[in-house]
Amino acid sequence: MTGIVSAPTTEAASVTDARRASRPTAGGPTRRKSAGEGGRKRPADWIVLAGGIVIAVLIAAPFLLILLNSFKTPADYAAGGPLAWPAHISFDGITTFWNRVDFPLKLWNSVFISGSVAILAVLISILNAFAIGIGRVRYRTWIVVLFMLANMLPQEVLLYPLYMMFKGIGLYDNVWSVIIVFTVIQSAFGTYLLSSVYGTFPKEILEAAALDGAGRWRVLWRVIVPISRPTLSVLLIFFFIWTWNEFLIPLTFLVSNDNQTVPVAISLLQGDRLMDVTTTSASALLGLIPTLVFFLIFQRTLARGITAGAVK
Amino acid sequence: MASSPPVTAPRRRGRRPADVGAIMPSSGRGSYWFYLLPGFVLLAAIILVPLGWNVYLSFTNYRGILPPQWTGLDNWRRLMADGQFWISFRNSIAMILAMVIVPTSLGLVLAAALFDVIGKKFGGRLASFLRATYYLPQILPAVIAAIVIGWILRPENGALNVILDAVGLGGLQHNWLGSPDTALLSVAVVLVWVQIGYPVVVFMAALQRVDPELYEAAELDGAGWFQRFRAITVHIIRPEIFVVVLTCTIAALKVFGPVYALTGGGPGNATIVPSYYSYSQFFQAQQVGYGATIATALTVVIVIVAIAFIAAQNRAERKEEAR
Repeated sequence: MTGIVSAPTTEAASVTDARRASRPTAGGPTRRKSAGEGGRKRPADWIVLAGGIVIAVLIAAPFLLILLNSFKTPADYAAGGPLAWPAHISFDGITTFWNRVDFPLKLWNSVFISGSVAILAVLISILNAFAIGIGRVRYRTWIVVLFMLANMLPQEVLLYPLYMMFKGIGLYDNVWSVIIVFTVIQSAFGTYLLSSVYGTFPKEILEAAALDGAGRWRVLWRVIVPISRPTLSVLLIFFFIWTWNEFLIPLTFLVSNDNQTVPVAISLLQGDRLMDVTTTSASALLGLIPTLVFFLIFQRTLARGITAGAVK
Repeated sequence: MASSPPVTAPRRRGRRPADVGAIMPSSGRGSYWFYLLPGFVLLAAIILVPLGWNVYLSFTNYRGILPPQWTGLDNWRRLMADGQFWISFRNSIAMILAMVIVPTSLGLVLAAALFDVIGKKFGGRLASFLRATYYLPQILPAVIAAIVIGWILRPENGALNVILDAVGLGGLQHNWLGSPDTALLSVAVVLVWVQIGYPVVVFMAALQRVDPELYEAAELDGAGWFQRFRAITVHIIRPEIFVVVLTCTIAALKVFGPVYALTGGGPGNATIVPSYYSYSQFFQAQQVGYGATIATALTVVIVIVAIAFIAAQNRAERKEEAR
């Protein structure tokens, strides 16, 4: 079975639950009573727990520092240092940066680019995967390898030729240049993943649909796409976030302020004269909030997708 | 970064009879090619043609204004003798250490600790919570992650220096990103921070395949924790380890954003990596032909690494099946 469909594992609320749920396996009801919260806890277990928590604190610390210091004035920061609670909550840093980069515009650019890429790339992936997975066209292994190449290449290799192409056709410094490039790059991965999902699509369903006289086009959109919706939604969300996080190509092709994405706009202002210590912190905060919001909304889908990529 | 997609070739399943034709019973297979048309045209226009063009540019002298001039292997000879290029690849090894070796080994230990100890003895909720915390930096755009840490490492009033001073370690204060001796290390720390969550999440999902009875049996036989870890855990989740190592190695070879945002390759060449070097040749030095050469060389390295990995994985799998 393919990854996404068969990776219900991390979805469950807790790890132990998930393990129970995902093991209807051989030995029948082998699930032992889990040692559970009531189990014996040896000193070594407490040491492991302490280690795990220390690492979590270390990993979370930069986020907390940014959060704490984005609401201070530079004077407050100088007086109390980075660990002190703000003397009074100040939104100066955030508003300065917000206005300076015209943050709502950058947010809209990022949403528009990532959203368009996600939708277009899923559509292209569906068409490709239909031909490769269901249609089993000839040379399909090589076709998939070719698509994977698009995903593996360092983007520098595309940079100058695309730069000249887009200049030639007037798409340079236009969000559509970035949308087209990432539609191709993301759909390359989508083609790879979805082809193997469609390769195991239940044959009976397709036969039944064919008996009802449905043509390929209809079967694709009325039968296959609805049934594979969970996989498609994982792809949609991943394409959105990956595109949101991209840097090199938007940096190169979106030069004017009005077209920049959130990461590009924020990185370009580092080192600017306006960026005192707390404004810089505020800029980092504004940069991480959108992705944090996606993470919270789509946590489950993300977990499913991360494992899907690997558990193939 | 690591959230970039896995790139193993699709594993070929055992050839079933159905493999010879389309699953869908109806007329010939020919018309399926129409469905590939849009994807293929786009792939050709955005990837294949630019790739070929870039390879061509690597054999030319081109500064972006006059048309490219064919110079044969000049750029490639220059590349082989270019100290800066070799430094950038040496730094790539540091990136592999920071994005592959350290996160994968640490991730294995953390995943096992979360799954075997914390999840079982202290409850799955706590384990899930810790896992989500480890994963947090992964969701950030790499540049934003770099800006977050860059802010902490600021030279004059950066959080790290202020804290060091406060705890009486003022002597350790340092211009972390600005001095050649610590710049590469600082970038590496950022990358470890960014990467660590990816292997943990993947390995934890994989561990759910491990049958607890195997563990119990090994425990009864007197196997210590580390023995069980090595003999059972690592063995069973080996496919995931392969995928994580491969995807992260490719990401490490391609790394650009954090270097751009943290150091710009400096000070001097202390943190330069191939992708940044190529970018700077394109757009700062206007040496387009030479930039294309660096980018092509990087592509060749990545393709070789990917092929070597996949070959090794297939060999390991076959050995496994032969047992």
